[in-house]
Amino acid sequence: MSMEGVQAGAARGAAPPRANAGEREPLISIRELKVHFDLGGGTAFDKLIGGSGVRRVVKAVDGVSLDIYPGETLGLVGESGCGKSTLGRALLRLTEPTGGQALFRGRDLARLSKREMRGQRRHLQMIFQDPYASLNPRMTVSQIIGEPLDTFGLGGRGSEREGRVRELMQTVGLSPRFLKRYPHEFSGGQRQRIGIARALAADPDFIVADEPISALDVSIQAQIMNLMEKLQRERDLTYLFISHDLRAVRHVSDRVAVMYLGKLVELADAKVIYRDPLMPYTKALISAVPVPDPAVEAARRRIVLQGDVPSPINPPAGCRFHTRCPWAIEKCKEVVPPLAEIKPDHFAACIRISPEEPDIEKVAPGDAPGLRGTGRVIAQ
Amino acid sequence: MSSQNGTLLSIKDLRTYFETEDGTVRAVDGISFDLKRGETLGIVGESGSGKSVTNLSVIRLIPSPPGKIVSGEVLFHGQDILSLPDDEVRKIRGKRISMIFQDPMTSLNPFMRISRQLMEITQLHLGHTREQAYEHAVKMLETVGIPDARSRVDAYPHEFSGGMRQRVMIAMALSCEPELLIADEPTTALDVTIQAQILELIKNLKRETGTSVILITHDLGVVAGMTDDIIVMYAGKVFEQAPTRELFERPGNPYTKGLLKSVPDPAHEEGTELYQIPGLPPDVAHLPPEQCPFAERCYRAEEICKKEFPPFVQLNEEHFSLCHFAEEVYDESRGGAQTAGSHIDPNGLPLQGGGGR
Repeated sequence: MSMEGVQAGAARGAAPPRANAGEREPLISIRELKVHFDLGGGTAFDKLIGGSGVRRVVKAVDGVSLDIYPGETLGLVGESGCGKSTLGRALLRLTEPTGGQALFRGRDLARLSKREMRGQRRHLQMIFQDPYASLNPRMTVSQIIGEPLDTFGLGGRGSEREGRVRELMQTVGLSPRFLKRYPHEFSGGQRQRIGIARALAADPDFIVADEPISALDVSIQAQIMNLMEKLQRERDLTYLFISHDLRAVRHVSDRVAVMYLGKLVELADAKVIYRDPLMPYTKALISAVPVPDPAVEAARRRIVLQGDVPSPINPPAGCRFHTRCPWAIEKCKEVVPPLAEIKPDHFAACIRISPEEPDIEKVAPGDAPGLRGTGRVIAQ
Repeated sequence: MSSQNGTLLSIKDLRTYFETEDGTVRAVDGISFDLKRGETLGIVGESGSGKSVTNLSVIRLIPSPPGKIVSGEVLFHGQDILSLPDDEVRKIRGKRISMIFQDPMTSLNPFMRISRQLMEITQLHLGHTREQAYEHAVKMLETVGIPDARSRVDAYPHEFSGGMRQRVMIAMALSCEPELLIADEPTTALDVTIQAQILELIKNLKRETGTSVILITHDLGVVAGMTDDIIVMYAGKVFEQAPTRELFERPGNPYTKGLLKSVPDPAHEEGTELYQIPGLPPDVAHLPPEQCPFAERCYRAEEICKKEFPPFVQLNEEHFSLCHFAEEVYDESRGGAQTAGSHIDPNGLPLQGGGGR
């Protein structure tokens, strides 16, 4: 297949039809978002000095379109290297997108100047994976949680500011007695609470939570998930919940998006996607999750994928999953499958399935109904 | 846990302590269990529960100082490993008992070709010549499903992906056809689809070779499908021990119940709030010895739990639980683990702070 342009130009086409019917306006609209990292190579000089003969580009996020609605939790899952964290970071401009749009209330975050973006950060916050690395060890809890208050001029001074910090600590289940303590005096779960309090300080609308529970013990994970859900109800928050833990994502999310090598491959209601995944990769991913029930484990059929995730440097042409897909045909190596609506509000990127026959196991051998253009396409 | 002839490994009252500035950490504090030949035993626990230290003690790899095996016996074929001289232990370790660790990158030597690392083992333990060892290395890589093994055997570890490195680790561990394989969080660093491959591989190899396996993990899902028996550890103690199915269907310990309920279960759950065990894992250096270490976090705790260390109660032939109320908890969960602590307000979010416990 053709190599796509290295420098992603302007987003191709305008916004495709919204993912979800209904009249709700999305809070965040991502359109053809791209984050490419150019590793160089491929020039005559590179060949001369014995470097890479081809230009190497990591297509961490490669044309993702997605709507996130107010008050929902959108789960984003995928294996390491699929680009899920990069997508979350690009949304908040912690990593610069190289193409496409990220609309927040109609403004394209990807095009804002640094200064304008800083003004928007109040509304858009992040919770990080590693509660050990994401808190400044030389700052007290009070300083950490109070910093966004100062930055955005929300906290006032002196006792008023301290009052706000105490309130935030209480909100996340930390005793305000520990106002003057340093991060190392807390456990992992407590540190994650501090990180959450910091994210809440600016009273945001949207929070990107990047693997917020992965570093925590099992009994603490439940505490943090419950806390996040409680805060969402109380404060009308919208989450992008990024995780490789499918059980956790299933639990907290309203809808789930699955990423593979920089592309969205499936998007549906969280319950539906678990019960009835359509895209072969999602099927394999879900069947691989161990279930804490010996009876279920003994009875289930597991799709064990062969091989590893290919490198995101110059990923496979066509459908990126074709190298590991048990149902792949020749066409899959050539055609990039669009994310199409196979069932109502259930989108999948696979040319072998269609609204007429959504079950990959029942598709006639060699058939690729997706090529005939059935099904509403929301993204290329 | 009785038949002497079927028992491969028998641990009796093992205690491993670490001397730290903060005082003595009783990482493993009086652990006993048996492992039958050909069986897979799961050891489940959170960080700091002592599950890894238990197994490092079995193979005498506790760094000393600060660690010290204070007392106990580790009987392997009836012979106490703890009282053997070092060179005798070395003959067992890697040959008859071998290990796989969580992070294959830190367990492989980055400067040595895979072939040499594999050859070293069989040259040492089985007296292979270079040629024999090389052929054996290729064969082992094929066994663990590394494609094109012959051409990749001379690669360096960094040339392999995480899943492939873990396969190499398994190939090394199984080189001498050990009688016991200890796998310490073998899939924690891997993605789910790769995890499924590795677990499948361990299962198949175990079936073919009859090796006994101890699988250490924090993931209840992993042990559910892999093990015959399970030990649940908390604060250096065995809290519960039972055949796998029984443990999941009818737990007899409040901690186990809490753990089972706090894991989202996509197969059953319907959008309800997760049960949460309140509080924090204990600081083992500062546990008062005369109380139940779980008392502060337990839904079932009463006065006695804070005054007396609980007994290890036998609930049926193979089911034990460390709890003052083991029998009642066991009866409660007749209808499955889901009924545990249902009288507890799931919203009850405890206020917590550093060190406050």
